[in-house]
Amino acid sequence: MYEIKRKALLANNIKLFEIFAPEIARKAQAGQFVIVRQHEKAERIPLTIADFDRNQGTITIIFQEVGRSTIDLGQLKKGDYILDFVGPLGKESEISKYGRVVCIGGGVGVAPLYPIAKRLHGEGNYIVSVIGARSRGDLIWEEKMRAVSDALYITTDDGSYGEKGFVTDILKRIIGSEEIDAVIAIGPLVMMEAVSEITRPHGIKTVVSLNPIMLDGTGMCGACRVQIGQETKFACVDGPEFDGHLVDWDNAKRRAKMFLQEEKIALEVLRYNCSEGGAHACQKNK
Amino acid sequence: MSKKQVVGKKYAMPVLDPHERIKYFREVATGYTEELALLEAARCLQCKKPLCVEGCPVGVDIPAFIKLILARDYQGAANKIKEKNSLPAVCGRVCPQENQCEKFCVMGKKNEPVAIGRLERFVADWEFEHGEFKPEAKAPNGKKVAIVGSGPSGLTCAAELARMGYRVKIFEALHMAGGVLVYGIPEFRLPKAVVAREIENIKKLGVEIEVNSVIGKLYTIDELISDGFDAVYVATGAGLPYFMNIPGENLNGVYSANEFLTRVNLMKAYKFPEYITPIHTGRRIAVIGGGNVAMDAARTALRLGVEKSYIIYRRSEKEMPARAEEIEHAREEGVEFVLLSSPVEIKGDEDGRVKAIVCQKYELGEPDSSGRRRPVPLENSEYEIPVDTVVMAIGQGPNPLIPATTPELKTNKNGNIIADANTGKTSKPQIFAGGDVVSGAATVILAMGAGKKAAQGINQYLFGGTE
Ligand SMILES: Cc1cc2nc3c(=O)[nH]c(=O)nc-3n(C[C@H](O)[C@H](O)[C@H](O)COP(=O)(O)OP(=O)(O)OC[C@H]3O[C@@H](n4cnc5c(N)ncnc54)[C@H](O)[C@@H]3O)c2cc1C
Ligand code: FES
Repeated sequence: MYEIKRKALLANNIKLFEIFAPEIARKAQAGQFVIVRQHEKAERIPLTIADFDRNQGTITIIFQEVGRSTIDLGQLKKGDYILDFVGPLGKESEISKYGRVVCIGGGVGVAPLYPIAKRLHGEGNYIVSVIGARSRGDLIWEEKMRAVSDALYITTDDGSYGEKGFVTDILKRIIGSEEIDAVIAIGPLVMMEAVSEITRPHGIKTVVSLNPIMLDGTGMCGACRVQIGQETKFACVDGPEFDGHLVDWDNAKRRAKMFLQEEKIALEVLRYNCSEGGAHACQKNK
Repeated sequence: MSKKQVVGKKYAMPVLDPHERIKYFREVATGYTEELALLEAARCLQCKKPLCVEGCPVGVDIPAFIKLILARDYQGAANKIKEKNSLPAVCGRVCPQENQCEKFCVMGKKNEPVAIGRLERFVADWEFEHGEFKPEAKAPNGKKVAIVGSGPSGLTCAAELARMGYRVKIFEALHMAGGVLVYGIPEFRLPKAVVAREIENIKKLGVEIEVNSVIGKLYTIDELISDGFDAVYVATGAGLPYFMNIPGENLNGVYSANEFLTRVNLMKAYKFPEYITPIHTGRRIAVIGGGNVAMDAARTALRLGVEKSYIIYRRSEKEMPARAEEIEHAREEGVEFVLLSSPVEIKGDEDGRVKAIVCQKYELGEPDSSGRRRPVPLENSEYEIPVDTVVMAIGQGPNPLIPATTPELKTNKNGNIIADANTGKTSKPQIFAGGDVVSGAATVILAMGAGKKAAQGINQYLFGGTE
């Protein structure tokens, strides 16, 4: 059992937990993830480590309430417990001295981007960060990103904050005016794909972090298969970071929809239970 | 001995009706009643030199426990088995007895062998219902052993060491102990309650189990040693699923057997949406392979409601490595066997979902190194079977995590850890290994046997003084 030490609402439907897991915190590195199983009947879901505190023994996870499991998780309160919390899994980020690095985060993807940007900054890289969200109310961790960046750009799709447009618009502009040594992009698949397509003709090293469907997170099932060039890789052990220019994006997007039908059913069941006020009393956003 | 009348056939195992049982996950074989057990036990000839015992990888004194059944001393029979085998309720259900004890049974020369496995199960189940487990604790010997992996091999080694007075801690990557017994073998063949009871008994011996602990990530083997464990037994199994590397394998609807079975068994996807882990099968499924794993997947699919469940296998039925009983049960339930065929491609629809599997026909040629006749592909024999789901059950390799994080631990070309067959000793001092991670995917009883030998090996290493 793993205690929730702190809970915060960061933006619309985006929540933060600090979980007490000292053994994991001792080992965690930027780029790694944990598997969370909330209760006996819950799924095992992967969540990237957004931060860790070795002294306090905590791991920070940030998630957007998009499906059944994340909505259920979001109902927990400070002081509640999570049944299973496994990690740190996956490879840590490849941190080196690239020079000028553009760190791009879309939506909740800013969370896993932060520890990587922090490490890269610490290694003496010049960090240009670009973070984007649909709208002002969806943006997270602006200040934390600013603290580890030499320059920070913000975009919103609707123009309610920062520049109106997409993170990719800014990326194009930066590429047009500066020499860039590497790009790290974490966010929705379409965003990471678009970033990779923009950098490809310029031959700029582009690292993306994939978050496919997972089950065990230790390499024993292959649910997390991704196609990287000619090879099939297991994202949970070979990743989650890959070369954006080698990822088969169509395949990744398709595989993300593997259980679309079932996900809808699981959500409907939740809605039904909520409306009944029955066994599963709804306490959303408490 | 007075000449008894020979009953030529085994007393049949009571089973649920095949048409009924595929509607749920209840255990198919319901077990001998006391009456049947007594009748079957009476078939044993009580040989002076029992060959069956030689066929048992852990050397259970088979005639002795059968004699105790006849004397209606069921607790005595259970104790007799447990002198050698700490998981009898599991082995009675899943051991390939036809290749082991029963293969050597003298009765089997002219007639059917004695149903040793069924009797073992009867005794173990009787004990669970009526007996009381009293752990015989030895005084602690002050030594601590870490065991990595809670499958049959790790559990057996833990139980043996605990009985010798060791403090034992098992580290398990998943959220539940049991290894393949809980994530792989389905409920209808090995009820999870049976595994849970066996594990409870092992815990009563004082063994601690820490789940959610991926060794190599959370702690390395070296850290376990520096944290004060005197020895480590690595029993991480063969959990890495193999794929065929054919076109279409990453389409939606292609699972490894591990994924398919783990979703259903460990995560209880068959109770979706009460349990939130999903599984999607569509109407027709093709399972590739001919072992127990393939049978389990094909039979599981029927219970999830598919209309057609195919097993596609390169050789003929005779070469199938699955237990005879599993093949028989699969056929009774309506699994269709597509033999001498192997997939060359999986085809998808415009949404990237599986719609058909393309197979090539094979014929059997000369025997290969395994003694089985080698399958030879036939030119231009491709044909298509429409299916919605494909499950790859063509084998598993060892998970590379531990060797990758333990530099001095030697592995062979398949990635299996190299360990001494009698002691479990590896190339690294204080580190022992056994079970599927050493042998490659094998059987429950062999994994247990290795765990037992390693316990002795560890004891010898720590107290033998000959090192
Ligand atoms: C579907 C299926 C059906 C089968 N049917 C039969 C049958 O009918 N009869 C039979 O005799 N055999 C059968 N087998 C084979 C048998 O189950 C195995 O040979 C046996 O379980 C091997 O035991 P083990 O203890 O070596 O490994 P496993 O049972 O594989 O256990 C290994 C354990 O180690 C854990 N682990 C792995 N890596 C780590 C790590 N880094 N840190 C911590 N823990 C880790 C795993 O999660 C797992 O729990 C079947 C196998 C499968 C998959
Ligand atoms: S999640 Fe199972 S292998 Fe990656």
